Amino acid sequence: MAFIKITSPHVQRPTKTADIMRLVIIATLPGLIAMTFFFGWGTLVNVVLASATALLCETACIKLRRRPVLFYLKDNSALLTAILLALALPPFAPWWVTVTGVFVAIVIAKHIYGGLGQNPFNPAMVGYALLLVSFPVEMTRWTAPFNLSENTWNILSFSDTLTIIFSSASDTNQVSALLDAYTGATPLDTLKHRNGLTTEEVWQTSTVMSNVGAWYAVSLCYFVGGIFLIYRKIFTWHTPIALLATLAIISAIFFAIDPDSYADPLVHLTTGATMLGAFFIATDPVTSATSNRGKIVFAAGIALLIYVIRTWGNYPDAMAFAVMIMNLSAPFIDQYTQPRSYGHKRAKQPMLKGSDTK
Amino acid sequence: MGKVFAFHGGIHPPENKHQSTQCPIAIAPLAKVLNVPVQQHIGAPAKVCVNIGDKVLKGQRIADAQGKVSVPIHAPSSGIIKAIAEHPVPHPSGMPALCISIETDGLDEWIEHSGLEDFRTLSKHQLIDYIRDRGIAGMGGAGFPTAVKLHLGDDHIVNTLIINAAECEPYISADDLLMRERASQIVSGIDVLQHLLAPSHIIIGIEDNKPQAIRALEIAIQDCKYNIDVVGVPTKYPSGGEKQLIQLLTNVEVPNGGIPADVGIVCQNVGTVYAIHQAVKHGESLISRVVTVTGDGVAKPQNYQTLIGTPFSLLLEAAGMYTQKTSRLIVGGPMMGFSIDKLDTPVVKTSNCIIAATSTEMPAPEPAQACIRCGLCEQVCPVQLLPQQLHWFAKGQEYQKAQQHNLFDCIECGACSYVCPSNIPLVQYYRHAKTSIREEQQDKRKSDLARERFEAKQDREQRAVDEKAAKRKARAEQAAKAQAEKKAIEKAPVLTPQVQLISLQNALKAANSTVLIAQQKLTDQTAQGNSATLDLCNLQLQKAQKQLEQAQLALDAFESKNETPAVDTKKLKIAAAQANTKLLKAKQALKGAIEKSQPGIELLESTISQLESEAASATTMYLAATQESTTIEKAAVTSEAELAATTPIAPAIKASNDSKDCKKLKIAAAILRAKLKKSQTQLALLGEQPPTQPDYQKLEEEITSLQQKLVTAEQEYQHSVALQPELNSTVPVKPALKSIPEQSAAAIIVDNKKLKTIAAIARTKAKKAQNELDKLIESGQQDSLVAKQLIEDLTRLNEKVLSTQNTYQTAKGPTTNAPEDENEQLQANFAKAQNLYDKASAALIKAQADNSPAVEKMETSIAKLKSRVDSAHNALTASSSNNQE
Amino acid sequence: MSIIIAVSVLLGLAIIFGMILGFSAIKFHVEGNPIVNQIDEILPQTQCGQCGHPGCRPYAESIANGEAINKCPPGGQATIEALANLLDLEVLELDGEHDENPVKTVAYIREDECIGCTKCIQACPVDAILGAAKQMHTVIIDECTGCDLCVAPCPVDCIDMLPLATNITNWKWQAPSAFSDHSHQLIATDKRPAVELES
Repeated sequence: MAFIKITSPHVQRPTKTADIMRLVIIATLPGLIAMTFFFGWGTLVNVVLASATALLCETACIKLRRRPVLFYLKDNSALLTAILLALALPPFAPWWVTVTGVFVAIVIAKHIYGGLGQNPFNPAMVGYALLLVSFPVEMTRWTAPFNLSENTWNILSFSDTLTIIFSSASDTNQVSALLDAYTGATPLDTLKHRNGLTTEEVWQTSTVMSNVGAWYAVSLCYFVGGIFLIYRKIFTWHTPIALLATLAIISAIFFAIDPDSYADPLVHLTTGATMLGAFFIATDPVTSATSNRGKIVFAAGIALLIYVIRTWGNYPDAMAFAVMIMNLSAPFIDQYTQPRSYGHKRAKQPMLKGSDTK
Repeated sequence: MGKVFAFHGGIHPPENKHQSTQCPIAIAPLAKVLNVPVQQHIGAPAKVCVNIGDKVLKGQRIADAQGKVSVPIHAPSSGIIKAIAEHPVPHPSGMPALCISIETDGLDEWIEHSGLEDFRTLSKHQLIDYIRDRGIAGMGGAGFPTAVKLHLGDDHIVNTLIINAAECEPYISADDLLMRERASQIVSGIDVLQHLLAPSHIIIGIEDNKPQAIRALEIAIQDCKYNIDVVGVPTKYPSGGEKQLIQLLTNVEVPNGGIPADVGIVCQNVGTVYAIHQAVKHGESLISRVVTVTGDGVAKPQNYQTLIGTPFSLLLEAAGMYTQKTSRLIVGGPMMGFSIDKLDTPVVKTSNCIIAATSTEMPAPEPAQACIRCGLCEQVCPVQLLPQQLHWFAKGQEYQKAQQHNLFDCIECGACSYVCPSNIPLVQYYRHAKTSIREEQQDKRKSDLARERFEAKQDREQRAVDEKAAKRKARAEQAAKAQAEKKAIEKAPVLTPQVQLISLQNALKAANSTVLIAQQKLTDQTAQGNSATLDLCNLQLQKAQKQLEQAQLALDAFESKNETPAVDTKKLKIAAAQANTKLLKAKQALKGAIEKSQPGIELLESTISQLESEAASATTMYLAATQESTTIEKAAVTSEAELAATTPIAPAIKASNDSKDCKKLKIAAAILRAKLKKSQTQLALLGEQPPTQPDYQKLEEEITSLQQKLVTAEQEYQHSVALQPELNSTVPVKPALKSIPEQSAAAIIVDNKKLKTIAAIARTKAKKAQNELDKLIESGQQDSLVAKQLIEDLTRLNEKVLSTQNTYQTAKGPTTNAPEDENEQLQANFAKAQNLYDKASAALIKAQADNSPAVEKMETSIAKLKSRVDSAHNALTASSSNNQE
Repeated sequence: MSIIIAVSVLLGLAIIFGMILGFSAIKFHVEGNPIVNQIDEILPQTQCGQCGHPGCRPYAESIANGEAINKCPPGGQATIEALANLLDLEVLELDGEHDENPVKTVAYIREDECIGCTKCIQACPVDAILGAAKQMHTVIIDECTGCDLCVAPCPVDCIDMLPLATNITNWKWQAPSAFSDHSHQLIATDKRPAVELES
């Protein structure tokens, strides 16, 4: 009888790529629920819409590339990209914004570069950044948390949400009325466009800031999801902790210097996409640095860029741009952060151009 | 309990050890045939020191160690050596290697052996050599000769001796059971190591999933006087890796490229320690080991004390293998072991486990997905490499970068592949990259060597050319010098004919004496019957005779030159007239030269004067010369007569003369052929021009005449060639000397060789001509002269091939002095040819299977071989039938 | 006035940087391995003459003088790539007709057919053939570069070029099969028909 001949190891851990992706998706659920709870059905609708689009795009791409469709669809990576993008979008983003974003993320940012594992940029962030640059109005029109209007759970009804998301030009009036009622600026936006007010004054005057609790809650949910993933050893603590710590330290320094013109660390850590980014975006293994040391450098870089862009740049939030810029430098970081291997005195220095002809 | 540290990474695969630890170690059944590989260790393979058919006893040495890093091999049981041949061995390649097969006699009879009374009385070197002679090599997996490690105490300070009992691989429990059951023996083995290495601390590192073994060892070490600890290390793969265990127990890292002894540590496997005990206490060589037989594919997973060379099939049978269920056979553990597909693979010194796995237990690997750089591999790597980076580099064949990322530090533990969520066979990538890099380095070395050799050759050739040039220059200088001297001599009184005569006479005398000496030698040798030197003497004699002849000729010529005027007045007159005409001519030339006032006048004048003096002196010297010359002539004649009388080898000489003639004829024929060719080419050239030219016809005539000449010459040649064997064969008939038949036989063999060469060359020529012709035909030039010529050439060549082959055959025929001998030789030939053919066809089949590009070549050569086999067979049958007649 | 300042500032900067560059060019001059040696290192040293030069070194010299880098069949595409990398040239296809993947061969003399003519010994560029006149010759396999040069001169055609057999000592781990691995193919290969991928 024939025995199969293959090389060692002959046993494998059962955890597969699809399992990892699924776990990450599960870890986003608390955040998704919180978003739905505080900002309405929009996020949920976006997630469903984005997932469907992503699966469609993925299938089309795999078909075009003549690969086995089911084999690749099963890895859940497209789904994860879509969910992350949908969570980052404003809840009332029109359907075509979502679809465009997902299309860009899956087709352009991933498959054009060679599919899963080959993309230099985080696909979700590419999609997000493109949308932010192309459709600034739609992308900055954030929904107001439910407790803005009344202190009860009062969000836009499901059908109204659908109306807003799937509206066409004909029913602009109705939509704009709904939008006016339910949208507002984000805390970061408010802090940025403060019209000469000090931070303290913004906190006291702005209604947005008084409802900042919703943001805290959502961030907390992401944080919990992230901790779950660290616990399941999907990724190490290095990236999120380094990111959050760096951001906290920088913002603390500037806040200490001039509390009037700079926001406090808590705001930086808990509003905007900081938590989502720290645990779900920056930890994307494909586009981040490899070694543990590299991850720390990578995450610190992101944090630094976030703070710079948030404080002095043109955009109120900066996760997408910061992550993409650091994605670019990940190979470079890898070069310089090779760990010290067993039996070596020091870590290896990167190879120089001259030395590879030897 | 000592302190335990940690190493980076590691994994916790399912242990699966409990299956095989339920029963104690059993004795494996004795196999009918034990196949013992000669290489079971790292280093040089042992050298077989027994022959097929020898009877060996259990523990008898059957292969010697070769070189420093090697160990001998001993017979695992008594029996008869059945074969020393290639046999499957446990190796990842699945390729066979040299094994000694012993057919056991069931008696299991030990060779006389006894342990050392007190090993402390031996010097350390003697004791280490004793251990080496018992064939002990590391039993943990790599099989490094233990003696080499024990010698480390010579030039290293060993602080710590670590006994590796971690056994971290899943499934394996051989060491575990060994420790449970034979802890005291292990400690006694440690005694020996303690004596040899004198470490200040001994640590037995053992994974904490073996509590029974730990307890057994702790009890066993209670009486130890030296510093020894049993340290339980946390169960984590690969804690049993040498470097990892060292880090676990001492927190010291073995420097990159170094060995543990560099940091004062020596590591020995617990199985090896037990083998040392067996050797030192009982004098038993390493001929058996404990092997775990486990997996879902066997009914009773168990450990067996197994003789080296026992086929795995026997062990699996003993454990009750389910043949249908087993899908994979693994030698070693599931993490680092390799799969085998041949059940008769034997157990070797390093085989610690065999796993018969079912497809549910170890399913076939799923197809690999894309690497998502998840970094899990990096988290588990015990050497802290970046496996995913290495994977990219290995895949992209960026070997330099891979090396820069410490690829060669990889211990191939398989942890990265184990955790990889995308099923990427990472370890295989690294192994492939490593072998590729090694191959590249080897190629590099080879190309450097080639460059060196090429340059050396060029230098040599250049030197030869230079030397030649220098010689030529020297010769030219010498010639110039000689010319100058000659001129000087010419100007000075010339050598008188008398002096010349005397020197010639001397030469003749000398030649005569050499001939005599040679003859003397020949007769001596004949008397002694020394046929080997006889040949040589004969040759010398011939040479001497030739010299004699030449001397005689020179003398004759000289004498005739000097004699004629005296003997015959007519001749003298003629000479005088000739001299006079020469003089006249010279004078005329001088006149002309003077008229034209050319330069060489002086020279002419001098020649004239010289001629004059020559003519004069010739006559005066003549008289004195005659007397002496006649006496010497007489002597020469008598010596020649003597020579003729004492030359018993006349026929042989005649034969050689004949062959010389033959050669001459051949050369003549060749010259004619060359001429013919030349004129033909000329003709062809002319043929392109208008054929009205008179040259054309002339050439054609010439060619026909040449062709005729060639034909006659060749006929003559062939005739003489054909005659030759007859001549040769007639030689031995003459019973002048005993040794003659042998001589002639030797001569014939030489001739045969020549004929063979001629035939071979002719064949190749014919082949080449055929090729050319084919080419021409292809290009549509059948009608052209060249083609016709080629066809002629070809037929001629073919004829020649046939004729030479015939003559070869006929020449070969008479050599059958001893038909039996010949028959034997033919048989040997036939067997050889058959063997070659078999081998070649086997190779062909393999090559065909591999789709190798050499198949075509091999096929042609096989056809050739086949024909050779046939011819050999024919010859054999013919000769044997002859013999019967 | 301001234009003069601007121009003079730029001029000054140009002079300063020029001086720095010139200084460092002399001060930190690195004596590189002559390019011919580097090229020679890359060439396979079979000394086969298939490039039209009498050996590898002459070809290396001629490459340094601008000859095409694609004339070395024994080195194959790998050598061309290495040369292109070294010399910053474009990777070319191998010149002329050659096998896609040249199999490394070495010469074997069919020893009972050898007549001992020494012609192959003279032809061997690396002295890898042993023998004397009228004696059988044999090839030192470890030294043979597989250059083919001994095959033509043999008057009795008794030299074969055969690939080296694999045995347990020179056996090599195979690369993981690309079959289960097609997800890694780069974009350029994506045009391949589905049949090929499935096979």
